[in-house]
Amino acid sequence: MFVTTLDVLIAGLLLGGLYALIAMGLSLQYGVAKVLNVAHGEFIMLGGLTTWTLYIVFGVNPLIGIVVCGPITLIIGFIIHSTFFRHLRESIPVFGEISLLGIFIAVLPFGLNQPIVASVIIILGIVLDIVLYKTVFKRLSPSTIFNQGAFEGKSMLFSFGLVFIIQNIAFISWGPDYRSYSYMRFPVDIAGALFGANRLVTLGFALAIGLAFYIFLARTRMGKAIRAAASDATTAGLMGVNINMVLAICFGFGAAMAGVAGVLVSMCYPVNAAMGMEYTIIAIIVVALGGMGSILGSFIGGFILGIIGSIVTYFEPGLALVAYYVIFIILLLVRPKGIMGK
Amino acid sequence: MDVSGINSKKLITPGIFIVVLALLAALPFYASLYGVVLITSILMYIILTVSWTIFSGTTGYLSLATAAFFGVGIYTSAILAGQIPIVIVVILGGLVSFGVAALVGALTLRLKGVYFAMFTLGLVELIKHSLIWYEIKFTGTRGRFVIVVDNETIFWIMLGIFAVLLITTYIIRNSKYGLALQAIGEQEEAAAHSGVNVTMLKVVTFAISALFMGAAGAIMATRWTYIDPGIAFNINLSFLPVLMAIFGGMTQLFGPFLGATIIAYLEEILLTKFPYYYMLIFGVILSIVILYLPQGISGLVQKFWRRFPGGKSANT
Amino acid sequence: MRILEGEGVTKYFGGLSAVSDVDFYVDQGEVVGLIGPNGAGKTTLFNLISAALVPKPGIIKFKGRDITGMKPHAICRLGIARTFQTVKIFANLPVFSNVRVGSLFGASKKTSPAETGKTTAELLEFVGLSNVSNIPAKDLTLANQKRLEVARALATKPELLLLDELMAGLNQTEVTQAMDLLKQIRGEGITVIMIEHVMKAIMNVCDRIIVLHHGQKIAEGTPQEIATSKKVIEVYLGEQTNAGS
Repeated sequence: MFVTTLDVLIAGLLLGGLYALIAMGLSLQYGVAKVLNVAHGEFIMLGGLTTWTLYIVFGVNPLIGIVVCGPITLIIGFIIHSTFFRHLRESIPVFGEISLLGIFIAVLPFGLNQPIVASVIIILGIVLDIVLYKTVFKRLSPSTIFNQGAFEGKSMLFSFGLVFIIQNIAFISWGPDYRSYSYMRFPVDIAGALFGANRLVTLGFALAIGLAFYIFLARTRMGKAIRAAASDATTAGLMGVNINMVLAICFGFGAAMAGVAGVLVSMCYPVNAAMGMEYTIIAIIVVALGGMGSILGSFIGGFILGIIGSIVTYFEPGLALVAYYVIFIILLLVRPKGIMGK
Repeated sequence: MDVSGINSKKLITPGIFIVVLALLAALPFYASLYGVVLITSILMYIILTVSWTIFSGTTGYLSLATAAFFGVGIYTSAILAGQIPIVIVVILGGLVSFGVAALVGALTLRLKGVYFAMFTLGLVELIKHSLIWYEIKFTGTRGRFVIVVDNETIFWIMLGIFAVLLITTYIIRNSKYGLALQAIGEQEEAAAHSGVNVTMLKVVTFAISALFMGAAGAIMATRWTYIDPGIAFNINLSFLPVLMAIFGGMTQLFGPFLGATIIAYLEEILLTKFPYYYMLIFGVILSIVILYLPQGISGLVQKFWRRFPGGKSANT
Repeated sequence: MRILEGEGVTKYFGGLSAVSDVDFYVDQGEVVGLIGPNGAGKTTLFNLISAALVPKPGIIKFKGRDITGMKPHAICRLGIARTFQTVKIFANLPVFSNVRVGSLFGASKKTSPAETGKTTAELLEFVGLSNVSNIPAKDLTLANQKRLEVARALATKPELLLLDELMAGLNQTEVTQAMDLLKQIRGEGITVIMIEHVMKAIMNVCDRIIVLHHGQKIAEGTPQEIATSKKVIEVYLGEQTNAGS
């Protein structure tokens, strides 16, 4: 009885740690950059599949994978925001976005084993980018009025497009099958109950990273700039904060947390190219539960949902997502602003 | 007011649609089987896109639940078809979706738009998981077999749904409710204070759009002999109508029709060649449209139109 | 007759009371001014009357009937209309459509299309917007947008009209024009409550003034009484004095 309870509890904390990580990432992106990133789950997926490749193909330790995938997803997120989402914010095209679009388009022939066609498209994209930038875009000035409602809608839809782009890149690279690997699967004995070492390590990392991030936000100068930008980006910009940089870094950090979460997920569960959306939905529910824009709320909310999920799975496996939904509905009806929302 | 402009526009649009309907009704007599099946698919996408636009295009509440209502229609059909005439099944499929949408709408449409979008996004997964769980626990099976209906009947029923949708769209758009929906999309609070019962109107319109999605699902189910929750509830069908509507442009009546036809045809071409990868192209198309063509291609058409003498002013 | 009454009207946001235990009344046909420093709770009070918010606690009665807790659209159909501090017109719809919405949905009785058209045309004439009836509302000047809001509110055939800072952002000429419009509205027998910072308008047009400060009613009376009230002067000037010291 005690063992079972402990088992459910630890499983809940593990799930909760993962949920807390991905929710904090999404909360950062929505709270600060005001982007409801539906493609969040795709970064989780990328982290997971990349780790698999690193381990199975290159023999690299998954824990090293954290150090690899984190920065990579940070950079990808940073670039995506500095181009596309900045365009949507300021209503003028940004240098680099056409090249990126060209790269996305080029994945298709590349996936069909036509590297020449792919290269041509990429080069064309870069050329077009440079030409258009020098002739037309450089002359345009960014819009000073910021319509947040319109931006939120457009950026959400744009991120929807990203879902399909990133998912398909994954399908082309890894195929549709589930991938898993075995790492640190040996059991660890705690008070008579056995737990997979990989799960404990995952839990530890999730907690550590979450805590570290929270301290970063609360104590450092960059953290203060981020919090300023979160409450009013335009004013923060006028106060001398390099707003485009801060927003893009925040978005990148959000993506990085997803990427790292993906690494941890891959250590415990099988991963495949289509796994993203379910995690995105869970992240959204946690963010709403914790209060939109509250990082601490997402942290706490993640653990609450994780433990509930573990309990529900114990009694009725397969109903966990349904349970999350019921909580979501109740939350929206009773206290839409969430636990720590303003 | 430019009365002549309005009069001629009011005659041309219904006129064109009647001609198109007549041509389509005779389709099985002059087209190949492949043509009939293809047009049926395109009609399905037009129905999904246009009904999505009736609600989301006017009020601005982004609904990502299209796949959910379509799936509900499919499952209703799978359960009931064979015992009841297929036309009744289609109507029931629509009504069940109507009911689900009314419930979801009543719960979530009182909140801000972002919560609504989030909730509808997950609705597909929610219903899918619930059905999977139910099937495993209670019926012990996964999925169901659906009765088979011949392609011509499927086509005519789809055409029928399309025709009813056309009339409904036209009536709503030209009635005071169409104006109220636009007002809600512009300034919901002011609309409420001007006497518009915004919650009621949102819920009813949302449910009406779901009705057509469910009906389309109910008839489409008979094309697949076997369905399970994974097949019936496919998130792509929430995404594609949005893409089609935005691509086609939502300010003009013909925008969603145009967008749906083009993208549906494109999907047909790409689907056979790149079954996994074609969505990449659509993702890029959506990205490009959002970045550079916010009014969609009908917005481009509009811009050209205005340069001609006698072009319309403002909007309608 | 008292067309509007409020008893103990209170509204808390978090721990702060935006409006606190306010009793007020408005007689039919009056023009009542609602003034007070920024943050005094004036717009919140309007929101409570027009049912954008629900008083907690407190009761609001319209023509003797308790309207607390009713929905905004129901309040509108009963006969209360309002304008907004930040002009909330339907920006992308043509001017006449803006007014039409009010006429179609806000009046207590169903109107035929012909009647609606007539009412719309008349109201646009009344506020002076007939010659721009087809252009998108967002292309109007601020002063005209405010008039459009008034026209839309009037289209709902109100007995009570709440005007929230009608004069804000207007130049001298426009203020005078707005005051004339006000007098015409009053001439139609419509009761008006107006939130205003432009004292010239308040003093000239209002029959009675209510003064709010920190959510509480601190004074009430004729313009003459208010202009000479020590309490009111303290509240308005006191802030300046404090700022100086």
